[in-house]
Amino acid sequence: MFVINCPYCGERDQSEFSCGGEAHIVRPKQPTELSDDEWAEYLFMRKNIKGVQFERWNHAHGCRKWFNMVRDTSNDKIHAVYKIGEKPPVI
Amino acid sequence: MKNKYSIFSLIKNAFSQHENWKQAWGNPEPKKEYEAVIVGGGGHGLATAYYLAKKHNMKNIAVLEKGWIGGGNTGRNTTIIRSNYLWDASAGLYDHALKIWENLSQELNYNIMFSQRGVMNLAHNLQDVRDLKRRTHANRLNGIDAVWLDTKQVKEFCPIINISQDIRYPVLGGTLQRRAGTARHDAVAWGYARGADAMGVDIIQNCEVKGIKRNGDQVEGLDTTKGFIKTKKIGVVAAGHSSVIANMAGLKLPLESKPLQALVSEPVKPIIDTVVMSNAVHAYVSQSDKGELVIGAGTDAYISYTQRGSHDVVEGTLKAILELYPIFSRMKMLRQWGGIVDICPDASPIISKTNIKGLYFNCGWGTGGFKATPGSGDLFAHTIANDEPHKLNAAFNLNRFVSGDLVDEHGAAAVAH
Repeated sequence: MFVINCPYCGERDQSEFSCGGEAHIVRPKQPTELSDDEWAEYLFMRKNIKGVQFERWNHAHGCRKWFNMVRDTSNDKIHAVYKIGEKPPVI
Repeated sequence: MKNKYSIFSLIKNAFSQHENWKQAWGNPEPKKEYEAVIVGGGGHGLATAYYLAKKHNMKNIAVLEKGWIGGGNTGRNTTIIRSNYLWDASAGLYDHALKIWENLSQELNYNIMFSQRGVMNLAHNLQDVRDLKRRTHANRLNGIDAVWLDTKQVKEFCPIINISQDIRYPVLGGTLQRRAGTARHDAVAWGYARGADAMGVDIIQNCEVKGIKRNGDQVEGLDTTKGFIKTKKIGVVAAGHSSVIANMAGLKLPLESKPLQALVSEPVKPIIDTVVMSNAVHAYVSQSDKGELVIGAGTDAYISYTQRGSHDVVEGTLKAILELYPIFSRMKMLRQWGGIVDICPDASPIISKTNIKGLYFNCGWGTGGFKATPGSGDLFAHTIANDEPHKLNAAFNLNRFVSGDLVDEHGAAAVAH
């Protein structure tokens, strides 16, 4: 459990948020042309990093907006929070 | 076995104040090369090594453990064993394990304290009732003992449950698997370690894998904190850290690692003689032989390797426990801990070859791997030795995420995740 600095609402308890998993997985532009392997890669395969990870979060019990976060999964330290569409910071 | 444990060895050692017991397993340095190397010295990894040596005559093998054996999820789970899963593939897998559990103390000559005290799964809403009744029928078609209990029968089987219909999530009934129960988790790791060691398996503790060496699509060995180890077969049984090892081989797995928590109370006299699990309110409880209530909480909803878990998750579980068992309201909790569980999108495990020759994964057990320990080890050993899955784990291959032939057990995982 930790405190997240929502880019729209400020600091709130993590329990107000829900995690949307790995960020920057691009939705296929031509889904009809994907092979089964490419679908599996898009839908299921994850880096599941131990260390610095880019991920999506939603302020579910607050403004309900999605944003991105850079967090170290080995100690839950948050390095950066940025809005959807913004360029990911270099960590 | 070198030192068979029996009433006679107990009496003999009593004369020397129990100071001359031999070490149950050795502490070897790694050799340069092994026929196969198992990464992960938990219950599943040690069982894999045991069955490789016993059933497939592979004696020149090693188990690498970054900490101490059984110190990961094997020593952190709530020790529940059951096989009442919905789908045929899962029923086959988990009941295979349960059948081995029933004779495991004798087979290992090590008391794993297996106790078939029954596991009851509660229903709290109409959908629960429908799902659990369906599961009971499916179980019985697969030869797994399961019965549906109405509210009154639930109360008779476990008298301390609050069946008042005025509570937030009233008990509407439940299923019972009488063959299910618990075992002593540490003893499972120790028993398999002792058995494997006696057949010549090297159990190497404090040895962390740092890299996997490949030549094209064939594995050649492992870089470890104790140097390079050459091998043509690597079986990875690293639970929450499976993805970390997979990344070393340039492989991605369909897993997310999350902290799962458990806690125990102060020890009290016997009060609950079975295991009660409740999916809807996310509470499960049993009592250890020491008298502690063993309580399982949920996973944190985000990826983390911290082995802690969040306070609000524990709070939610304890609220549910108190509503179902008002008698526990004055109990003090003694210890709380977290383990990192690797969760698959379909809540079923992976026991599989990969597209890299000689690299095998046994992972994705999520929140319920302990119950499968002996079966998992047996089937993974078969897969490694023959380079082909056994028919019982064929459905649990990695390719199911490509083919779409998933084994969706979200309903049968006793807790929602």
